[in-house]
Formats: sequence, C-alpha cells, structure tokens
Amino acid sequence: MDDLTKRGNHILSVRAGVALLVPAFVFIGLFLFFPFIWVFLISFTNRTLLGAAAQDPEFVGLGNYLRLFDFSRWMRSGEFGHSLYLTVIFVIGSLIGQVTLGLAIAFAFNRRRGKLREIIYTLVTLAWILPETAIGFTWTAFLDGRRGTLNAILGAFGIEGVEWLLEFPLLSITVFNIWRGTAFSMLLFSAALGNIRPSYLETADVAGAGPWQRFRDIMFPLISPQFVTALVLVTLWTFNVFTPFLLTGGGPAFGSDIIAIHTYRVAFQFFEFGRGSAIAVIVMTINLILAASYLFGLKRKEVAT
Amino acid sequence: MNLPKYVLARIGFYVFVVIVATAFALPLLWLLLAPFGRQATLAVRIPSEPTLANFVSVFRNAFAMRALFVNSIIQAVGAMLLITAVATLTAYSLSRIRLPGRDMFVYMLILFSSVVTGSAAMVPIFLLIFELGLIDSHTGVILVFTGGLLPVAIFIMRDFMQSLPKSYEESALVNGASTLQMLRHVVLPLTRPGMMVIGIWAFVNVWGSFLIPFILLRSPDRMPAATATYSFYTEAGTPVITLVSAYALLYILPVLALYLFVNWRYGFQFFGGIKS
Amino acid sequence: MARVLFENVTKEFGSVKAVNDVSLEIQDGELLCLLGPSGCGKTTTLRLIAGLETATSGRIHIGDTDVTRFSPKDRDVGMVFQDYALYPHMNLADNIAYPLKVRKVREAARMERAKEVADHLRIGHLMERLPGQISGGQQQRTSVARAVVHEPRVFLFDEPLSNLDAKLRLESRGFIKHLQQEMGVTAVYVTHDQAEAMALADRIAVMQDGVIVQIGSPLEIYRNPQTSFVANFLGSPPMNLFDAEVRNGSFVGSSFELDAKGVKEHSALNDGDSVTLGIRPEHVRVSPKPMKNSIASELYAFEALGPESILSFRIDEQLLVARAFGDDPPEIEMGQTAYLSFEPRHLHLFNEHGSRVNAD
Ligand SMILES: Nc1ncnc2c1ncn2[C@@H]1O[C@H](COP(=O)(O)OP(=O)(O)O)[C@@H](O)[C@H]1O
Ligand SMILES: [Mg+2]
Repeated sequence: MDDLTKRGNHILSVRAGVALLVPAFVFIGLFLFFPFIWVFLISFTNRTLLGAAAQDPEFVGLGNYLRLFDFSRWMRSGEFGHSLYLTVIFVIGSLIGQVTLGLAIAFAFNRRRGKLREIIYTLVTLAWILPETAIGFTWTAFLDGRRGTLNAILGAFGIEGVEWLLEFPLLSITVFNIWRGTAFSMLLFSAALGNIRPSYLETADVAGAGPWQRFRDIMFPLISPQFVTALVLVTLWTFNVFTPFLLTGGGPAFGSDIIAIHTYRVAFQFFEFGRGSAIAVIVMTINLILAASYLFGLKRKEVAT
Repeated sequence: MNLPKYVLARIGFYVFVVIVATAFALPLLWLLLAPFGRQATLAVRIPSEPTLANFVSVFRNAFAMRALFVNSIIQAVGAMLLITAVATLTAYSLSRIRLPGRDMFVYMLILFSSVVTGSAAMVPIFLLIFELGLIDSHTGVILVFTGGLLPVAIFIMRDFMQSLPKSYEESALVNGASTLQMLRHVVLPLTRPGMMVIGIWAFVNVWGSFLIPFILLRSPDRMPAATATYSFYTEAGTPVITLVSAYALLYILPVLALYLFVNWRYGFQFFGGIKS
Repeated sequence: MARVLFENVTKEFGSVKAVNDVSLEIQDGELLCLLGPSGCGKTTTLRLIAGLETATSGRIHIGDTDVTRFSPKDRDVGMVFQDYALYPHMNLADNIAYPLKVRKVREAARMERAKEVADHLRIGHLMERLPGQISGGQQQRTSVARAVVHEPRVFLFDEPLSNLDAKLRLESRGFIKHLQQEMGVTAVYVTHDQAEAMALADRIAVMQDGVIVQIGSPLEIYRNPQTSFVANFLGSPPMNLFDAEVRNGSFVGSSFELDAKGVKEHSALNDGDSVTLGIRPEHVRVSPKPMKNSIASELYAFEALGPESILSFRIDEQLLVARAFGDDPPEIEMGQTAYLSFEPRHLHLFNEHGSRVNAD
C-alpha cells in the first residue's frame, strides 16, 4: 500500500503528475522559450552561418537594429521598411477579405442545411486544410499568364489576361491568402450565428425589423466576441504566413516581399543571422502584442482552439 | 418591373453562392483534372482521353516516391506519435493534479506558441538544430514540429480530459485496481477519442507544412513531399506540369481522406478546431 | 463485513474543514445514513472511508484494521457513485466483473459470478449491452451490482438515487434496503433527502458544517431532535418553529401567548429567557371553536393529499402547518378563524443556541 499523505489526490500522486509534465517542459523549453530568449542575444551579434562570424560572432550592439531602421534607405525595395509596408497592405487586405467573406458565407447559410451548404463549406474548408505546397502549385497554374484558368475565363468574357504574379504580385498573394484562410472566419461565425437563440430573431421579426436591422441590432452584437477573435487571430496568422512564398518567392523585384519572406531571405538566403534575428525580435514583439491583447483583453472562454 | 423583395433576396443568394463556389472550386478542380490529361495544361479542362500515364511516370520516379512514401510518412507519423503521447501525458497530469498556476501555465503556452511562430521563429530554431547537429535529419524536423504544435495539442487535450469525470478513475481504485491497472483499463480507453483527434490534427499539420522541412533539410534523400513538390514545380519546365499535378494529387490524398473520415465520424465543424 | 470506526477524524481542504473532528462507530451489518444539507461534508466522510480522501488528522478503522493510510484498492469496499461511473467502453458483464478482474479471478469464474449478481438484480438479460444503451434505473442497478460483486466488507452509497425519477427512486430504495439486509453487510448511505434516510437507515447521522450533530435511530431522531436544525431537517412538512420568550409562566410570542404549565422543563427556564418552540404538524390540533390556551388564526391554505391533509395558518410573517390524518379533514373554510392548540408533551423547546432544553 502506498503512503497516501504524499498524494495530491488519490488518482495521481504529485510526484507522478510532475513526472508526466517533464517531456512537455523539455520540448517547450527547448523549442519555444529558449529560442525566444536566444534570438534576442543573436540579434546583437553579427553571427552568420559559415565563416569566422559563425565560430566567433562579434557583439555589434544595436547595429542590426540601426541598420533596419536606417531611414535613408529603409523604404527602398527589398529593405525592412518596404517589407513592413507591403505586409501592412497584405494583412489589412487579407483581414478585410477573410472576415467579410467568412461572415457573408456564414450569414447566407445561417439555419440552412442541405447539399448546397455542404458543398460550399467543404470547398472553403479544403482550401484551408490542404497542404500548402499543393495549393501553391495549383494557384501558380491558376494565375499563369498564358494558359492559366483565370485568364482563360477572362478571355471568354473578352478581357485580356495579364501575368498576375508578375504584374500584380501583392494583389495576387492577398487574394490567394483570402482564398486560403476564409474558412476560419466562416466556421467561427457560423458556429456563433448558430448559437443565437431563434427566439431573439423572431422577437425582432415580430417587432418589424428588416433583415439589415435584424443583423445590425441582434446578430452582430451577439457575435461580436467572435468578431474580435477573428480580427486578432487572422491578423496574427497573416502577419506570420509564409505560404505566399510558394507563389512569388517574394518577387518580382521584392514586389511581394512580406515580412515572413523578408526574414527568410535575410536569414536563410544571405545567412545573416544577426540581422535576421533583429527582424525576428521585432516580428515576435508584434506577435506578442497581438497575442497578449487577445488573451488578456478578452474573456478567457473566447479562446478559439 | 417590380419583383417582390424575397425573390430578389433569393436571386442575390444564388448569385453569391455561384460566385463563391466557382472561386473556391476552380483552383482545386484543376488539381483534380490535370493529372489525368495527356497534355500539359494550366487551364481547367476535362481531359478528352483520360489517362493514368502521369501516375505511372510519377511512380517510376524514385526521388518523388521516396519523398512521399518514406520521408513524409516518417516525419508526419513520427511527429504525430510524439505529439500525441506527450500532449496526452501532460494533459492528464494537468487535469488531475492540483498545481498552483496551472491554468496560467497553459495560457502562457498558447501565448508563446503564437508568438514564436513562422519564419521569425525559424531563425533561432535553425541555429539550435544546427548546434544540436540535427540539420538535415528527420529527427530535427520531428522535434521542431513537436515543439511548435505541442501547446495547442495540450490545450485541446486538456479540455477533453477535464470533461472526463474523475469518478471513472475513482471507481476503478475503489474496485481494487492499482494505479497502472486504472490507467490501462479505464483512462487509456476513455482517452482514445481525444488522442485520435490530436493525432489526426498533428498529422495533417506536419504533412502539409512547408517552411520547417524547407529550412531544416538539405539533401533530396530526406525531403518530404511538401518540399519535393515545391522543387518540382519551381525547377521543372512546363512539359512535366501534368506529372507534378499527378504527384500533388497523390500528396493531398491522405489529407482528403482524413477530412472525409473526420466529417463522417465527428461531423462537419470538427476541422474548425484542427488548424492552428 | 465489518464495523467502521472514526476517531477524531478531520479533513481540511485549504481553510475549509469539510469534516471536523468526527468520531463515529458504524456497527457490523448496520445501514447508517449520513444526512444533511448540501456541502455539510457527507461525501467527504464517505470518500474518507473509501480512501479517496486522506484524513488530515484522526484515524479510521475498518474491522480491526487501521486503514487511515491505506489506498482505496486495499480497503475492500464497494462504492456506488452518484453518477454511477459505469465504464462507457465496457459492456455490463465487464463492468460488473471488473472488481473480480483486478483481483485476478479467472475469466469464466468471474463471468459466472457477474451473471449471478446481475440476475439477482434483474439485469442479467442486458449483459452484452453498453452502459449508454440501458435506462437510468438499469444503470443504477449495474453500479450496485459492480459494488457488491466481490462481497466487500463495506458498501458505500453516495446519493445513488438522485438521478432517478420519483417513482424509480421509491422502488430502488426498497431494493437497496432488501439487498443490504440480505447480505448483512455494513453500509454507509449518503443522502440529503430525509425521507430516504428515514426509510432506509438503521441509524441516521445528521451532519451540519462538517460535524455530526446527532446520531440515532430514525424514530429517536424524529422524536427527540437535539437541535432546532435537526428538528427542522427531519419530517415533511418540517417541524414548526416559533421564537418566544418566557414570561410569568407563559411563552410569549409576537402575537400569541401560551401557558407553559405542564411543560415540565419550564422549571429549568428563567423569566426572560428566549426559547424556540417546536411542534410537529401532526401534533397541532385544529378546532373551529375557541379553546383555552390556543392560538387563533385564519386558514391560509388547504391541501387535501388523500390519506392526510395539510392546513397552513398564518401567524405574523410565518406559516404554522398542521397535518390532519384521514380523508376527512376538519371543516374549516378559507379565511375562517381556527384555534390551534398543542399538548404540552409534544412541545419541543430549544434555547437561543438551538440546543434542546427538554429532557428526553
Ligand atoms: N476536493 C475538494 N477541494 C476543496 N474543497 C472541497 C473538496 N471536496 C469538498 N470540498 C468542500 O468541502 C465541503 C463538504 O463537501 P462535501 O463533502 O462534498 O459535501 P456534501 O456531500 O455534504 O454536499 C464543501 O464546502 C466543499 O466545498
Ligand atoms: Mg455530496
């Protein structure tokens, strides 16, 4: 018989319980907390992958940061400021597109069942969950200037096609990202709308409210927590998404050099880990602000999983 | 002309549905049809003479097959097993022992996992894996995926565990079971559905992710289908477009199959929670 | 079969004393009900016996063994949980046989024994079903079957009937009593339902705030409640309790005055003492004609229940409830004044701390 006084409760002793936590602590410590700390340190050095600066990186103080915020050049294409600028457009465009489209679909199919809804939901969800490389590949085909599907369709209407990825890279990846990510907003909003008690809407109907008033006065206030969730999470994800790399690689001429791609280029194409780390620190700080405002500003139960 | 409002609303609804359906279907449709065509084409076109020749060619390509059937499977299944096991143990412990601040701990985890993400996180993680000598190895990829997906897995699993009444375990103990017997006879079977969910979620995520293997792997021998597909379509010329599309179709099949399975088993909304 | 002994047992959860210095002996073969309002520590007491909680201080014995530090599996008890805790992935046969399985009884033998017990509880025909596929009453029987299958030394029941509807509850109550007597096993039964406790128990222990305030046979407790809390908790409708003051050989309430002569403990009280007068509804005599030493009041509500009638009278802000037996209730109209009187020997007296003043 074991000595029960050592037990926190009778299902699991405290010692056994803590032992079960060890693997998670190791993984999370090593792959989340440690990198988070370490990246700060590297950002003050001139560390590279190979060569002397790899073995024995020098402390360069704020050098990397000063370089990023060197205002004489930072808005040139391919530079940090330019990348931030593109990212802001990309994030805002994606955000508006995903949230509006997701809400519109959820709203259109609210309290409807049947084949039509199933088809739409399946298509939109598949766009979200299928492997990104396969999706990136089909989209390059879809947008191809000479023989892509999009231009073929436009041609049928007598509209001359263009090389979308070359002439409108930022627009292309924004539209692509809306397509890719709408499912999250759609699923979130349709669950929220589905949870509204029918009697609320019936009361509004009886009171003589039109569809728009009904949406504005009854439905929207009731789904506003999910609305905030969607805004913050979509922003956070879009800010970090690397998938557009599969369409444009950041080009042409840095035309779609969003921050995730920019970071990749600096760190893994130029192998300038010092400067890459400085960018990473800035990106993670922005992430931290977004995530913390979401987690602590909002009631806990709203955490989407 | 003075159509009643609801007719207009109806028409509006169908116009909207057709546009959305077309926009979301077209890129996917091409992936479904192109592999069966004889000629390389980039437009959606039902092949006049469907053929399986492209698949035959793909199956003859050793590099492609190795990526899909060896490397992708090693990495996705490896990370899936590791994530499921660690998340289950952690969640069980978190739901059954009383430690001060454990809820805060879980929320901090979620917070950090959404901060340390994307290519920014890859900068220090690459160096870490480099220092550990795990660059260009399956182990490195599996470990990094595990670290990144674990917080959300723990979160989902803990929710699941907390919904299991403790009286199952207590009754096992009162009935005379030892702790190990209780775990084996009662806890494990009851946790299996949750483990399934986590497992599928982890598999789908790892199977479809590009950035981590792209950065951590160098040699073609170890590339998973995610990076192999990319190198095919960026490096190859138009003539092999049909081949690449056949390969991409094979590559997405497991995800498609899991999606259908989950839909059938857990209902439609489930995938709402499956991507982080 | 064994007695259960508590010696000064205390269980603290942080600053909450869920069980506070309880000493208690449950005799071999006895069915003891732990009765009290929600949160008074009944479940904790039961879980202390099962080993699902460990006493902060004090000792617990089962039979001749000190089991204070034993883990649940070594205590040899059978427990029926409030939610039954039937394993959803095992069919009834495996559920019932589970205690035998972990005791390494061979498959054939344990299935035979499980079937025997199940047949006895009239669920033998459901052995292949899963718990989700049977009714609430059947689930309850299954969990009883699992608790008794290995003939434990003590049965523990934690509100086992609370998830059943009223009719099934009566039926199950009879069957639990029968089974316990038939097996002659010591049993501890937790409930907050006084009628259930009265019906089942050999003895009842009434708990309040982690303390056992009174223990005794149902009738003893019913007749001689030691505190106004116990008096009020047992009986339905509960005992009428009125505050009064002793003045010149009378009990003077806010709107009534009763002669205290004949209430022999009256002598123990001094003028000016506050008392609480208690009278059970069945001891209230209702008369349409004026009586001496009575309280006059208008009829407030009348409920004819068949074998008995419940009459309520309004006295200031309180209702005084009377109970008349037989299907021939007193002839009083709504709003009519009636005269309520009590025999002195039926009057319960409690002091300002709620403790009984009457001698038993
Ligand atoms: N595991 C626990 N942790 C903290 N407090 C508890 C725990 N279990 C019971 N309590 C507290 O102990 C008191 C008695 O609870 P319990 O024994 O469940 O009462 P009952 O069964 O009579 O309703 C309550 O105040 C309850 O809140
Ligand atoms: Mg209780």
